[in-house]
Amino acid sequence: MKKTHIIILVGIAAVIVGLLAYSVDFSTYDTVNSAKQKPGKFVHLIAKLDKSQPIDYDPIKNPNYLSFYAIDSLGGQTKVVYHNSKPADLEKSERIVMKGKMEDGQFECKEILLKCPSKYKDDKEQLEKNVTETTTSY
Amino acid sequence: MNFIGEQLLPGQIGHFFIILSFFASLLATISFFIASGKTDLLEKKRWLTYARGIFFTQVISVVAVFAIVFYICANHLYEYMYAYKHASKELESKYLLACIWEGQEGSFLLWSLSHGIFGSIIILKRKAAMVSHWEPYLMTVISFAQFFLMMMILGIYIFDVRIGNSLFTLTRNEINAPIFSQPNYLSFLKDGMGLNILLRNYWMVIHPPVLFLGFASTIVPFAFAYAGIKSKQYGDWVKAALPWTLLSACVLGVGIMMGGKWAYESLSFGGYWAWDPVENASLVPWLILIAGLHTMLVFKSTGHSLRATYLFAILSFCFVLYSTFLTRTGVLGDTSVHSFTEAGKAINVMIGLFVLAFTLPALTLFLIHYKKIPAIHKEENTNSREFWMFIGSLVFFLSAMFISAKTSVPVINYAFGTRIAPPEDVEFSYNKVAALIAIIIGLLTAVTQYLKYKTTGKAYLLKKIALPTLIAAIATTIIVIVYPITYYKQGIGFLGAIYVALFATIYALVANAMYIWLVLKGKLFSGGASIAHAGFALMLIGMLISSGNKKVISSSMVNGINFAAGTDPMTKEKDDPKENLTLIRDVPTRMGEYEVTYRKDSSGQEDGRKFYQLNFEKKGADNIVKESFQLSPDVYMMKDNNMSSNPDTRNYLTKDVYTYISYALNDAVSEDTAQFNIVELHQGDTSFYSNGYIILNKVEKNPSNARYNYASTDIALMADLTVVSKEGVKYAATPLIEVDSMGIVHRDDTLYAQNLYLRFAGVSDDHNIKLGVKESDKLIDFVTVKTYVFPYVNLVWLGLIIMALGLVVSMVQRGKFSKTQTAITLVLISAALVYMFLFANN
Repeated sequence: MKKTHIIILVGIAAVIVGLLAYSVDFSTYDTVNSAKQKPGKFVHLIAKLDKSQPIDYDPIKNPNYLSFYAIDSLGGQTKVVYHNSKPADLEKSERIVMKGKMEDGQFECKEILLKCPSKYKDDKEQLEKNVTETTTSY
Repeated sequence: MNFIGEQLLPGQIGHFFIILSFFASLLATISFFIASGKTDLLEKKRWLTYARGIFFTQVISVVAVFAIVFYICANHLYEYMYAYKHASKELESKYLLACIWEGQEGSFLLWSLSHGIFGSIIILKRKAAMVSHWEPYLMTVISFAQFFLMMMILGIYIFDVRIGNSLFTLTRNEINAPIFSQPNYLSFLKDGMGLNILLRNYWMVIHPPVLFLGFASTIVPFAFAYAGIKSKQYGDWVKAALPWTLLSACVLGVGIMMGGKWAYESLSFGGYWAWDPVENASLVPWLILIAGLHTMLVFKSTGHSLRATYLFAILSFCFVLYSTFLTRTGVLGDTSVHSFTEAGKAINVMIGLFVLAFTLPALTLFLIHYKKIPAIHKEENTNSREFWMFIGSLVFFLSAMFISAKTSVPVINYAFGTRIAPPEDVEFSYNKVAALIAIIIGLLTAVTQYLKYKTTGKAYLLKKIALPTLIAAIATTIIVIVYPITYYKQGIGFLGAIYVALFATIYALVANAMYIWLVLKGKLFSGGASIAHAGFALMLIGMLISSGNKKVISSSMVNGINFAAGTDPMTKEKDDPKENLTLIRDVPTRMGEYEVTYRKDSSGQEDGRKFYQLNFEKKGADNIVKESFQLSPDVYMMKDNNMSSNPDTRNYLTKDVYTYISYALNDAVSEDTAQFNIVELHQGDTSFYSNGYIILNKVEKNPSNARYNYASTDIALMADLTVVSKEGVKYAATPLIEVDSMGIVHRDDTLYAQNLYLRFAGVSDDHNIKLGVKESDKLIDFVTVKTYVFPYVNLVWLGLIIMALGLVVSMVQRGKFSKTQTAITLVLISAALVYMFLFANN
């Protein structure tokens, strides 16, 4: 067989593998309401903690059960269940990216990514807050 | 207004050097470019002398800027924004350098410094074969890159747009706060924000410089490709570029894996590689570089693959620039565990320009001259080494493209307004492809060494390859039987792929190690390639085994306890093992083969940092403790109230036990209301509490022990106490009092078993100490942990070290180093790598 043939074959095989891995695997960003439309489908939700509802986490009873309510920017609200430990900064988070599925009217969460604004040193507001706080306490 | 106490001179000098360096880089680019076009030797020489002088001026300016930033941070000159943002008084001096490259501006400076090092070597070594007449071309490219890097930290305004962010901006100009309207504002600005606690690790001192040196080094092959096209000596540069490319492969590879080791040691994402966009962004240029390295060798020996060599040499550096774009403009947003900042629109546009200013002209030049780049039109034989080396390079390149495409999804979303999200299992979506790549690369690496250039006799190949094949097959079989991989999570198909990959990589290891004896007759110095291949294969074997057999032992599945509460109340699902375990204080809990007891927590010297002492015991059948050790993972409550959890690892030769705190009680919430009861004690005195008595053994000034570490200049007193309970059990307690610039700090000690809280409250007038005793009714203290066992993770590090040394051996061979130089290089590099990867934190 000619070299070019083999290269083309290898190339095509690689592209097919890549495309398969690529196309099959992607999920979508959804709102609470659009996720409720497709129960059982893996989606990403971007929402924030609904502070009017209780957070249920009792690590002595079960360290792998956390539930809370999330509310998105369109006002859609859902209960979230996460079978893992409670991320430390959940209460302080400004935005929560949750990966999981809507099942039986609640969001079964596989992974949580918290966005806490204060982690960013370059955030101007945070810097101003920091200066004001540290200089007025004396 | 006149502000009191500001030191403005360092900033002014620093700013001067930045501007000098910026214009010097521009002038150097132009003069090197002119010099490269001159045919008149005398004129050329004059231009070159001039250009070199300018380039050195630029390098010295960068060094000066660096020194001034260091001065500002070291002396806590908080009138400067950079010191305020990155330095603080409690920061240990070893992190002073680290706080310089914590910020975006500082890392550009570091990058520029690295370019400066390579540029200086090129100029100083211009007589050597690895530079020779290519100098003006190479230096044009490097100076041009310096121009862009300097622009990023220029900090001057053109109309209303700020070009670059200077390292010397003043805090009062950057932040709006009422305090800055007072002339004496500096006396209120007591401390800076300091280095992010997640970054307070010795890797933060060494990883960024090595990584940036690696990034910077990829510019050399790129510049050689440019030189080849510009000089129209299309193929001559490859031989000179080889040692540089080998160096680059080594430094960048080590730099990337240092990041992996760091993540493994101190981040709680449970491993050394997570296919995080930031990791991918640095891996992609390395993969392309390796592809380019192999096509260079093919070209040098056979004249084939020159066009591919050009493409790879160009793209490797372009992808370094692209990765800068990905990680510094905030475009990755939600997809990464790393946090990014938007440094401002202007700087994003500049980074974009930097990428385009190199990528577009280079690719355009390449396409224009494509036909002129010599290529041999006769096909390679399928039994020749060059053919399979080329296939291997192609596989490396395609993997790089695959990884890059996946990492670029946020860019695609941004550009086209789509909302594609990452897949359900991000790691697996990479791993399934990576396993296939490992199989192909493993097999190619094993066999190709035994092929000869041009054509290989069948009999020769069979005779040489038979033994390695047999040994590899036996070794794999033994592993399958004795130590099977138990990665069932992704189904039997993927497990099969892991086994095939395991065979392929063992094959590569055995075949390359034996090649040194069978073919090279033990001449190690000619075997750089085989050593590097064997190391790479060993690293892959380590990854397959440690990841394939990684076990979460804090899971209810492994320890056999099935909490009733462990069942999901909604789905009643039981098969999914839950990975966190709650340890109640002083209650031994089964975890895998260990019995783990949470003994106590203790605060360290840094405010808000809490260590949890966990005792691990492994008992034999006769209930005798066979193995016991202690881990102290910690949780750090940062100034901004974010928590960070840092793992602790017990290292064995064959496995690591790795633990981090996944949930801990928050002190602020669980504070109880009982008051401290103050008693005065003299050395040797005894005081009673409800369940026993407390003896003050002695008072120690500025203690230095496992818990505290004070210098003689500090003011700290520690009470050395023995607590004896009614049952006669003795406990040690060491509360401490410290006076620092902020006032008095108490470091309390708790004796959980006695519900006793002890505080060093102060010293009375007659030199007795005041001891605060609090008996609490707070009953349950616990901590939730996640614990992994990583088997054979040391193979990964050992493989990396061998690979790096193999690349260095090849480099010194091809760079024609003298015997002394070779010896010094090898000894230094191997000592450094072995220490850092295998001993430093073990």
